[in-house]
Amino acid sequence: MKTLIIVEHNNDSVKPSTYSTITAASKISDKIDALMIGYNNDSAIDELKKSDHLNKIFNINKKGLENPIAENFSNHILDFLKNNDYSHILSPSSTFGKNLSPKIATELDVQQISDIISIIDSDTFERPIYAGNAIAKVKSLDKIKVLTVRPTCFEPCGLSSNVEVETVMFDNTEVSSVSYVGLDESKSDRPELTSAKVIISGGRGMQNGDNFKLLEGIADKLGAAMGASRAAVDAGFVPNDWQVGQTGKIVAPDLYVAVGISGATQHIAGIKDSKFIASINKDEEAPIFNFSDYGLVADLFEILPELEKKL
Amino acid sequence: MKALVCVKRVIDYNVKIRVKMDKSGVETDNVKMSMNPFDEIAVEEAVKMKESGIINEIIILSIGADTSQETIRTGLAMGGDRGILIKTDGQDLDPLNIGKIIKVVSEKENPDLIILGKQAIDDDCNQTGQILATLLNCHQATFASKVEVNSDKSINVTREVDGGLETIKVSLPCVITTDLRLNEPRYASLPNIMKAKQKKIETLDVNDLSIKLDKRVQTIEVNDPPSRKPGVMVNDVDSLIEKLRNEAKVI
Ligand SMILES: Cc1cc2nc3c(=O)[nH]c(=O)nc-3n(C[C@H](O)[C@H](O)[C@H](O)COP(=O)(O)OP(=O)(O)OC[C@H]3O[C@@H](n4cnc5c(N)ncnc54)[C@H](O)[C@@H]3O)c2cc1C
Ligand SMILES: Nc1ncnc2c1ncn2[C@@H]1O[C@H](COP(=O)(O)O)[C@@H](O)[C@H]1O
Repeated sequence: MKTLIIVEHNNDSVKPSTYSTITAASKISDKIDALMIGYNNDSAIDELKKSDHLNKIFNINKKGLENPIAENFSNHILDFLKNNDYSHILSPSSTFGKNLSPKIATELDVQQISDIISIIDSDTFERPIYAGNAIAKVKSLDKIKVLTVRPTCFEPCGLSSNVEVETVMFDNTEVSSVSYVGLDESKSDRPELTSAKVIISGGRGMQNGDNFKLLEGIADKLGAAMGASRAAVDAGFVPNDWQVGQTGKIVAPDLYVAVGISGATQHIAGIKDSKFIASINKDEEAPIFNFSDYGLVADLFEILPELEKKL
Repeated sequence: MKALVCVKRVIDYNVKIRVKMDKSGVETDNVKMSMNPFDEIAVEEAVKMKESGIINEIIILSIGADTSQETIRTGLAMGGDRGILIKTDGQDLDPLNIGKIIKVVSEKENPDLIILGKQAIDDDCNQTGQILATLLNCHQATFASKVEVNSDKSINVTREVDGGLETIKVSLPCVITTDLRLNEPRYASLPNIMKAKQKKIETLDVNDLSIKLDKRVQTIEVNDPPSRKPGVMVNDVDSLIEKLRNEAKVI
């Protein structure tokens, strides 16, 4: 058994989701290689080299591959696989992996298993269905297993190694005609939602985008990432990629603070794996309290300034 | 231009699902079913394009048991022109099989745009659009929050990705999968629901498509998720901070 990890990175650095995927792979076999595809990716390679568990890193560094266009990555992965056999191919179930991995599976004519949260053995996995309201234990009957891994369910691997890197050339592999127009990056000095230790999120109860300032001061004091419910994002209070939940980001911080969020099933789906959940809501019947370790029934507009001051 | 929109019948998103006693799946008897919410967004996008004159025909496709006719009717009432039901005996088909079925229909209908939801809220797979684009060897634009058709018949699609909003330009034909912010699906009006009853739904048996449908993933069992231990209510900010600091030790 040999496993290949598809590395998520932005040429400058490796995304934490990759390190969690490596840990997941280490539970399947100890023969793990990683494949990085990109352009001018030296600094990302230098980071990845430190990863524990890896036998070897293959690097495809080619102009035209600076952005993760799924068609291009998939063409190169397939050509790579012509000379390299793997029993398992793992990607993180981030938007990067979700976009790319099913293409690899389809080209290999196998059925991908999405978003695994635990590994029973080399062909049996658990994954959430129905927004995490049920957990399916599934067995792959395919020869090659193509999996996406929920990063929050696996600790990132250690970084104390020095892995060999082999550059592989694919001069003739097709680069597709999809053009990359641009990325409107949401910039923030705060930690990333998916790897933050503390998250404070606001919902429709915040009433408008300006009021999120009430959460900012608290986030500053706690070194927290900021998130939101779908309702808050749909209403335009905050950017789209703040959405936490079934169809947004899955998070698992040590502390998740939900403010003015009712606790719909689709929101809970994204926060269930948090170590502690604290919530502030003025409605004592709000379902969020059923999932909270600590609940406070109060008007957020009164409580937040006090909370900020006392922290 | 012609659009093919794929719609799946799923348990309504408001229903609190129950895992079956024998762990074989979730209870679907006497449970409210609806169109997958992302597929409503897909239908809406096609209808909007028809209203702005970019598209002249919308085909609504569903794969499932006879009951999926109802879901197709919903799409027709929202503005679809005709429907296709690929009839199965109701068994769960893996996304790869669904992709292969949609491919057969696309090759017959030759749509310029194929629009799917990014994810079915029952299996939460988020695969079918990507599979289909690969099988058809055409471009894919997943997790779309904005679609703009250019005069040269290429389209710009803004995609919701983890780090922000990414825009790509793809040529037609292509596969688009919808994200939540693409639009707000309309409710079908009563007259349109009546009109939809006259629209044609063609039914084909999946076994007549000469596709080898095989099960690659076996569900061993379905369980309830682990429950969180019950929490406590606190009375004020001071006790909240005290708990977080000294009991949970997370701040
Ligand atoms: C296909 C699909 C996917 C979805 N995916 C997601 C997802 O990924 N993430 C997600 O979050 N949702 C998702 N949803 C939406 C979800 O169903 C809910 O609609 C949404 O989570 C509600 O957001 P909310 O809790 O902010 O708003 P509401 O449900 O309106 O709750 C607002 C809360 O604020 C409280 N409040 C109001 N004023 C105050 C005040 N002054 N002080 C204190 N409390 C106050 C109210 O008591 C209420 O509980 C999805 C829905 C669908 C159909
Ligand atoms: N049985 C089906 N019939 C029609 N469309 C489907 C079916 N299953 C999946 N789809 C489409 O594929 C999308 C993604 O589904 P999935 O990959 O299962 O999460 C859905 O939103 C639908 O648009």
